[in-house]
Amino acid sequence: MSSNTLHRASRRRGLSLRTTENLSLWLMALPAIVLFLCFAYLPMTGVVLAFKSFRPKHGIFLSPWVGLKNFEFMFRNATFWMTVRNTLLYNVAFMVIGIVGPLVFAIALNEVRPKGAARMYQTLTIMPHFVSYVVVSVIVFAILSADSGILGNLYKQRGQQPIAFYSEPKYWPWILSGVYLWKNIGYSSIIFLGTITGISDEFYEAAVIDGATKWQQIRHITLPFLKPMVVVLTIMRVGQMFSSNFDLFYQVPMNSGQLYSVTNTINVFVYNTLRNSNNVSLSSAVGFVQSVAGFLLVMGTNQVIRMIDSDLAMF
Amino acid sequence: MKKQPKTSLGKRGALGISTGANAVINVIMVLISLSCLLPILLIYVSSFTAESAIRAHGFSLFPKEWSLSAYQMLFEESLAQIVVSYRNTAVLTVVGTVLSLFIMTMYAYAISRQVFAARKALTFFAYFTMLFSGGLVPSYIVNTTIFGLRDNMLVLLLPSLVGAYNIIVLRTFFSSADNTPIIEAAKVDGASEFRIYGQIILPISKPALATIGLFTAIAYFSKWFEVMLYIDSKSKWTIQYMLQRVMQDIQYLRANPDLLMSEEGAEMLANLPNESAKMALTVLTMTPVLAFYPYFQKYFVKGLTLGAVKG
Repeated sequence: MSSNTLHRASRRRGLSLRTTENLSLWLMALPAIVLFLCFAYLPMTGVVLAFKSFRPKHGIFLSPWVGLKNFEFMFRNATFWMTVRNTLLYNVAFMVIGIVGPLVFAIALNEVRPKGAARMYQTLTIMPHFVSYVVVSVIVFAILSADSGILGNLYKQRGQQPIAFYSEPKYWPWILSGVYLWKNIGYSSIIFLGTITGISDEFYEAAVIDGATKWQQIRHITLPFLKPMVVVLTIMRVGQMFSSNFDLFYQVPMNSGQLYSVTNTINVFVYNTLRNSNNVSLSSAVGFVQSVAGFLLVMGTNQVIRMIDSDLAMF
Repeated sequence: MKKQPKTSLGKRGALGISTGANAVINVIMVLISLSCLLPILLIYVSSFTAESAIRAHGFSLFPKEWSLSAYQMLFEESLAQIVVSYRNTAVLTVVGTVLSLFIMTMYAYAISRQVFAARKALTFFAYFTMLFSGGLVPSYIVNTTIFGLRDNMLVLLLPSLVGAYNIIVLRTFFSSADNTPIIEAAKVDGASEFRIYGQIILPISKPALATIGLFTAIAYFSKWFEVMLYIDSKSKWTIQYMLQRVMQDIQYLRANPDLLMSEEGAEMLANLPNESAKMALTVLTMTPVLAFYPYFQKYFVKGLTLGAVKG
């Protein structure tokens, strides 16, 4: 056999091996492809609903076009603007609470001795993360409810009238921020802690020889190491500016209508408009704005992250 | 006399904080830990408190009278619904987690293989779903009108089977440099892709599977929103939704006090569990996850840290 035919034969076998390999890999990817198509890509085409008047019997694609009429309704709707304001304000507040709280906690947790105690603090503080929001709403109720809540009874014991929290909007920005911090402080500190424990001891040893105090070490060594992560987390949160945690804002205030002025966010508004008012036109227009704004913000913020540090960019 | 810097260096020496500062931080840490623990403990204690004590003094960590009556009452009145809801949740959690892990690891394995021609395209295909989503309304209409999943438990299972973020994390894990020589060696021995996936990659990826599996299981266990959105029959409720409905009915009655005079309102009130029974139901809802997560802690602490470095 000449070397030429041998070469050709092995190349052919290599090629067919490649084909079977690729066929197997396609087969393995197939179930997820089908699921993505049905439950992610097909609904994406449904955003055209925002420009249509939905008729159930015609379905998404045969319903008549109405141009920008749905958006006219949306912009004239006062509740819509209120939910936009609430969503943005809560996201700004949560950006600060959700980064500074866990950051300070992680630095303190890293210093505390003995290490066994530190581990116990970590296990206990991540516990709220594993409690579902349905349960959180029961806990908040057990503390706040005027009839039998712990706070309600404190007032009663002093002979005072308990505060009816579930009809007093002014307390809720604080309550929801508190619940958010409670649920996330331990869990979010995990990634900061990972970075802190990764810093080599040599930096601190050198600082100690130079006579640096602990505060100076934290300011000039620990914080600079954490800075890239803080920057990235902040920017990523800007990308999520128009979305909100439905569970937190719907479940914890128990969807109480009297609290809407401070608890209603875009996601809750879309749900209530769809299910309670059955208004597909309005809810799909709001949803469209949210999806597109979210997409543009994520793309934009990723670009910014890439300019700062390309390793941290998502794509 | 001053200590030599050499001997005072090291974890317990000058690198650490002073004893006084350590004591202060310990006190603060204990306070934060208690504020995380006590509200949860309050639910457990209240579920074992006599209803009369709750009526007289409200919820308390130190109840005047302990009692098991809340559980008795809860089981007497709604045992059938609890069993059905729990069974639904259990089936959904087990089937969902196992299927989800299989489907996501196969996809992640495929896009981790350099030889796969569609590798880049399929990575983007998954990735794009994180950037853009149709949102609630289109999903609702597609699921109900095109797939006809209204009041069908499959709507709780299918859409959550794949998550792009988890797939990307798994792919990063599978394509780590340590795995490459093992896969190459198996290839030389003539192993098929299915064999490499099942007999090599899955067994060495246990930490990643434990982390992603835990979070998938918790997500399925906590499902209530989709039940509220799509499910009508009580026989298809999950345990979380059962609790959610109790809270929702309480709020509904509170917001519409006139209803109590009506027949509908009176019936609603009669069906509501009392305060301690509500707490017992909450205990049933939260205990499984709280009992499991400490065992997985070392895995997800590592997994989250890795994810943060890899971006």
